[in-house]
Amino acid sequence: MLTVLFFARIREQLGESRLQCAHVSSIDTLIDTLSLRGEQWSPVLRAPNVIVAINQAVARAGQLLCDGDEVAFYPPVTGG
Amino acid sequence: MPEISIQSVDFDAGLEIKCLREASAETGAVATFTGIVSDINEGSPVSTLELEHYPGMTEKSIAAIIDEAKNRWPLLAVRVIHRIGKLAVREQIVFVGVSSRHRGAAFAACEFIMDFLKTRAPFWKKETIDGGSRWVDARVGDDAAAARWK
Repeated sequence: MLTVLFFARIREQLGESRLQCAHVSSIDTLIDTLSLRGEQWSPVLRAPNVIVAINQAVARAGQLLCDGDEVAFYPPVTGG
Repeated sequence: MPEISIQSVDFDAGLEIKCLREASAETGAVATFTGIVSDINEGSPVSTLELEHYPGMTEKSIAAIIDEAKNRWPLLAVRVIHRIGKLAVREQIVFVGVSSRHRGAAFAACEFIMDFLKTRAPFWKKETIDGGSRWVDARVGDDAAAARWK
């Protein structure tokens, strides 16, 4: 299983903050799977500024997912 | 005193400075930054801010920034406080304080930590304007401020 988290604008656009789904090996496949939930999912998760974190660290290009990973999608940060 | 606190309650910057000063017998300089909720953002008057964060990753990303600062400068103590939840105009949002033997390291490390906190730590601001609310957009200038440390 994967735990998938959504924050801020993305959380509001999708109406979800946290869900669990079956393990898939790549972020791209994960977005394809999540996109079955509604037509807005793919454009929201594939928007150019979306940041993806795996296990609370920003994902490296091409980084693969392991079973049990926590994946987060969030917009550019605005703290401070 | 922990190095990092994410909290909804306010903080006492004076008390934090005292703790930084007393953290080491070698302290010769304490530099701090306190961020305050501004009344204007992009030309619109702001009434309140709401801060969301990613619990766990927030603390990890700030700890990594502090580690990087400690690798660059001889720091004696570091303290980062970031508030979350609802904040009114003129309330304190963030505190970064560092102590060192000399001012150069303290000034530089304080600015370094703040620049990277703004561009890496997963916090998001939502502001209330005229009864409506909007997510604050990231600023290109903040990325440029962090990039100059490379």
